[in-house]
Amino acid sequence: MTDDVDRNRRHFLTVATAVTGGAGIVLAAIPFISSLKPSARAQALGAPVEVPIGSLDPGEMVRVIWRGRLVYVLRRDEEMLSRLPKAIDLLRDPDSAVVEQQPEYAVNEYRSVKPEFLVVEGSCTHLGCAPMPEFQVGPAADWFGGFFCPCHGSRFDLAGRVYKGVPAPTNLRVPPYRFIREDVIIIGDDTGAA
Amino acid sequence: MKWVDDRFPFTKTMKHHVTEYYASKNFNFWYVFGVLAMVVLVIQLATGIFLTMNYKPAAADAFASVEYIMRDVEWGWLIRYMHSTGASFFFIVVYLHMFRAMLYGSYQKPRELIWIIGMLIFFVLMAEGFAGYLLPWGQMSYWGAQVIISLFGAIPFVGETLVEYIRGDYSISDITLNRFFALHVVVLPLSLIALVFVHIVALHEVGSNNPDGIEIKEHKGADGVPLDGIAFHPYHTSKDLVAIIIFLMVFSFVVFFSPDMGGYFLEHANFEPANTMATPEHIAPVWYFTPYYAILRAVPNKLWGAILMGGAVLLPLFLPWLDRSRVKSIRYRGWIYKSALGLFAISFLVLGWLGLQPAEGTYVLLARIFSVFYFGFFLLMPYYTAVDKTKPVPDRVVYHA
Repeated sequence: MTDDVDRNRRHFLTVATAVTGGAGIVLAAIPFISSLKPSARAQALGAPVEVPIGSLDPGEMVRVIWRGRLVYVLRRDEEMLSRLPKAIDLLRDPDSAVVEQQPEYAVNEYRSVKPEFLVVEGSCTHLGCAPMPEFQVGPAADWFGGFFCPCHGSRFDLAGRVYKGVPAPTNLRVPPYRFIREDVIIIGDDTGAA
Repeated sequence: MKWVDDRFPFTKTMKHHVTEYYASKNFNFWYVFGVLAMVVLVIQLATGIFLTMNYKPAAADAFASVEYIMRDVEWGWLIRYMHSTGASFFFIVVYLHMFRAMLYGSYQKPRELIWIIGMLIFFVLMAEGFAGYLLPWGQMSYWGAQVIISLFGAIPFVGETLVEYIRGDYSISDITLNRFFALHVVVLPLSLIALVFVHIVALHEVGSNNPDGIEIKEHKGADGVPLDGIAFHPYHTSKDLVAIIIFLMVFSFVVFFSPDMGGYFLEHANFEPANTMATPEHIAPVWYFTPYYAILRAVPNKLWGAILMGGAVLLPLFLPWLDRSRVKSIRYRGWIYKSALGLFAISFLVLGWLGLQPAEGTYVLLARIFSVFYFGFFLLMPYYTAVDKTKPVPDRVVYHA
């Protein structure tokens, strides 16, 4: 009986079945895995948001939600801006060299379109906690004001630039934004921005 | 009965796994935690099913529906407290069960697969605990999930995409909660039950270890029954019943008198609904994850913190091959392994405590020191277990150490 077996034919059938079945499983998995991606509705909710900043006093900060993410808009006064150069030696990326962390127009010493207004995501680049505003100088000798993450102790300066020796690897992310009027910014849309 | 047995191997199965499954007669109290883990699993499944009948897995409703269970559903508070207390007890029992295996070398040949399946159960259990913790949609649920899911973002290249696939959104949202609910009540419990089944089948194939770490199957009587073995039922079951009763007394005490266990079983920050605008000042996971969390925080680098944390969770998987000792049980090992295991147990507990403290100053320093001990226990094991002097192992089991 076994002598009648055509081994080549049997081997071919085994491999053919396995390959067809395998390809079927891979193709059938595509819709299931794709369904895990952000849905059309989740993507649509990523629409830009307008933030009126006219009523913001110098030194004041507002929190807004864009794409479900927390964004800080801080109006820095002259005195706060003057503190920016002080911590430069303590920072990991003072010149905003990490490209993904900000749009091109925010690569400058203020990390913003207008020096006065800082727009950054309130999401620590370590593990996503919301850093707390600690704008005063001190009490530590190397603290010139900025953001402090309560979860794992990461520190950022008043331009959202990360300090050395903390778990967060990069500066706070600057979302795409532009001024649509003198006193209104739009977050999530920067087409035609300066 | 014959009618059934001709169609389904009922009597045969019962004999093989219960009435004629022979386990060593010198089991001590360390050997009750496997059965207790099964008891907790049953409690979690039963209470969990009843909780799903009133819980709503939506960001807008979740917190309120848990409050509804606590206040308006008859006995709802009891069912929920049994479930939340059960989660913590699950980990207590499983950690002790694992420590038993380390005491008596239960992971060594020929039980490597039992150990590996057991570790897989532990991983699924961690995922189950983590997914379940998001469901009440409190402050700690939200920000805890934010931190742990972000960990996957540390993986080079695919990290950010992976995180989006896990969340199903650009941030933790209603969508994330909905899918974690599916994981928590369907996928993970099913995997857990399947793995527990396989764990027991594998155990009954090779037979249970014992506090002497010797094979009782090597000395069989004329009837083919191990001389040092006694039937699981009625002998071990009656002993286990005592353990179950004591366990349920402790369990009930916590459920009725201290369901939040002073903030360790249910964290106080979680009595506030999730607020996407502000992280709680002090954020810590539930106690059963804190040893690994302390290791994560001990490293001032995102990627390495995540790698070391993952390593700490995965390393025990390799115990069967890291341990080069000729004997299994701690009873016949030398002072080196005894000290190493003691130091490991202390490190695990101290790291657990440190994970609950703020990440600053001395705490971070201590976390670094004890992380070194933790990793040293595993990584140096091939060396120190090989040179450690062992005592002669008896032929038959004994009742004194």
